[in-house]
Amino acid sequence: MQTLAELEIGAEAYVSRLDAPPPDAQRLMEMGLTAGAKVRVMRQAPLGDPLEVAVRGCRLSIRRADAQAVILSGDDHV
Amino acid sequence: MSDSRPDGNEAGILHIALAGNPNSGKSTLFNLLTGLRQKVANYPGVTVEKKEGVLRLPEGLEVHVVDLPGAYSLNPRSPDEEIAHDVVLGLRDDTRPLDLLVVVVDASNLERNLFFASQLLGVGRPVVIALNMMDVARAAGFVIDVPSLQLALGVPVVAMAANRGEGVAELRAVIARQLTAPSVPRERIPLSPSVAEIVDVAGEAMVAAGLAKLDWARGEVLRLISSQKALDHRRLAGAPSVRAAVEKARGELAARGVAWHTLEATQRYRWIESVLRRARGQREVSENVTDRLDRVFTHRVLGPAILLAVVFAVFAAIFQLAQYPMDAIQSGFDATGRLALRLLPEGLMQDMLVNGVLAGVGSILVFLPQIMLLFLFLGILEDSGYMARVAFIMDRVMGRVGLHGKAFIPLVSSFACAIPGVMATRTIENARDRLVTILVAPLMCCSARWPVYFLLAGTFIPPVRVFGLIPLPAIIIFAMVVLGVVAAVLMAGVFRRTIARGENPSLILELPPYRMPAFGAVFRVMIERGWVFVKNAGTVILAISIVLWALSAFPRRPGASPSEQIRQSYAGKIGHLIEPVIQPLGFDWKIGVAILASFAAREVFVSSMGTIYGVETADSENPTDLRERLRAEVDPATGAPFFTPLRAVSLMVYYVLAMQCMSTMAAVRRETGGWKWAVFQFAYMGVLAWGASFLVWHGGRWLGFL
Repeated sequence: MQTLAELEIGAEAYVSRLDAPPPDAQRLMEMGLTAGAKVRVMRQAPLGDPLEVAVRGCRLSIRRADAQAVILSGDDHV
Repeated sequence: MSDSRPDGNEAGILHIALAGNPNSGKSTLFNLLTGLRQKVANYPGVTVEKKEGVLRLPEGLEVHVVDLPGAYSLNPRSPDEEIAHDVVLGLRDDTRPLDLLVVVVDASNLERNLFFASQLLGVGRPVVIALNMMDVARAAGFVIDVPSLQLALGVPVVAMAANRGEGVAELRAVIARQLTAPSVPRERIPLSPSVAEIVDVAGEAMVAAGLAKLDWARGEVLRLISSQKALDHRRLAGAPSVRAAVEKARGELAARGVAWHTLEATQRYRWIESVLRRARGQREVSENVTDRLDRVFTHRVLGPAILLAVVFAVFAAIFQLAQYPMDAIQSGFDATGRLALRLLPEGLMQDMLVNGVLAGVGSILVFLPQIMLLFLFLGILEDSGYMARVAFIMDRVMGRVGLHGKAFIPLVSSFACAIPGVMATRTIENARDRLVTILVAPLMCCSARWPVYFLLAGTFIPPVRVFGLIPLPAIIIFAMVVLGVVAAVLMAGVFRRTIARGENPSLILELPPYRMPAFGAVFRVMIERGWVFVKNAGTVILAISIVLWALSAFPRRPGASPSEQIRQSYAGKIGHLIEPVIQPLGFDWKIGVAILASFAAREVFVSSMGTIYGVETADSENPTDLRERLRAEVDPATGAPFFTPLRAVSLMVYYVLAMQCMSTMAAVRRETGGWKWAVFQFAYMGVLAWGASFLVWHGGRWLGFL
């Protein structure tokens, strides 16, 4: 089970589910991280945290601690 | 701003709102639609800007427009989003139910922008979509089939590029058309039959409770099913049947293996994907400008280096450029003072005007150029997209003390002046995060502290060179700056663990594409913010200035020298009264009077000391006379010089930590929506200052310093 925090820079994967408390999960989904969405880690901040993630054509900054709640899969079958 | 002020209470006036994501170009569009016919205020009780204006449509129709704060969703996570939610759903007494929603959508970021738009399509109001930033979308390689998008969304879509003025005329025409023949969009989110069955039963409960109409109830019900906060909202307090129906639907969904709390977002995005498959094509574009810039601006080494350079450049520019207008304001106030001395008969009125009003308000208004320049630069940084990168780079560091990366710039700004720093916290969405940042911002070494440090360190710290290199006074002053930062870090940690505990404040931050700033809008914000400061100076600060003047002017002793007058005044009496409190810090009643007077602004300490010690020329730039006079002051108890290095350090430490600034208090009151936090801040900083100075004075003496 891979999480967004572990995805290599430049690599792509698909969101499988969110392992966060409902209000946080809701906001992550509203920002585009729903099951099946393709995500890509663009880069990390100079001090290693947070990550810049591309999803649905926009760029989001998310802390590694929060990215751990985003469970990934290799394909978009939800 | 104009003679035709927007009025929300007139009968027959139509009300429309602009809604959309942050960075969708909403404000630019609002300015274009309303021109100068707008006014900016705050929503009562919160510091969310309420921007209203008048839109003149063809055929002389006048429409009241409100520019809603940017939001990502109808499920609010910030005060801004709360307001957008309340206005859209017609829950506020101070805004009228909307006749039309103009949803501004960024065409270059269509997928995510359509999420909020899809929620707004389901609130039962007529909608027009302003498909903004078509130029950016084209450059990014998106090909958008507008008629097909319009068909899929079921509402008029106007393609535009507001920053170039493209499509504005058409938008006006479409708004006019929609207002004359309004039609509420029908619900379009397709659900699988088994899910639809359950959801629509709950929808019928909403219809029965009068909260929705049958042909659009589904969208809001989806939101209620997925969000506990939405279901717990006060607007449903009187509709227990809706709550029961939604809870029943949740149970039935769960029984069929459908995760109800993900339902809304999943279904909306699924629908958006299907809409875009039909309406949007994309040709391959190589790496875009934002990516190339980010490769440099967020580079491991270059990123922080550039950030440092930007901060230095901004500060250099502020202090350089602000100097001329500051000198002009200062000499303007001085000249007015001299004029008043000549024209007005000597007496109470003249004294109050010159030494109360002009001196007090003048000592605050000199900071106006610095503040406005700071807002100009902050606006450019924000509008260009660089501010989000600053937050991205600094988040790790700020996260250590429980703050968000976005707190960095407000805190850095506070090194010039805490007022713009406090006002700049508006970009921090989370209310608690913002509060903590506001509470610690005035601990940063603002420019009004320098005259105090220069006077004290320059006069009483021996100018020996440490390691034969750096003068000791410079080291002491530097230590004071560091002390402020350390105190801010510690207090932020304390507040995070006590009064401001709560949900993850900094879950996610958008990194918008870099953009050429809209200088007109930036300039406008600078003027608005500057005006807020001037208004403050004209009200709260004016009042406090007069009070402070009266304390030193009464009781009157005609013919007394200024020094004698202040010594026997109420201020002098208060100085004596508080002497037992400040004696443990090494201060006497004269310092007490100067502390009291410099509540107006910290640098007033220098001129107050001048008055108390009877030195006529206490110029804060070069207070040579005052220095000599203070050096000559003798401690009556010992016969030795009163001002020892230790006493000076204790006094400086006091000025590092104490809230000696009425304008910052006024700004905090405004930004936190009441006196509560301003008073709390005054109190905690006072306790901190007293404690630290006590430790310095007694610790120093115990260690053998004098």
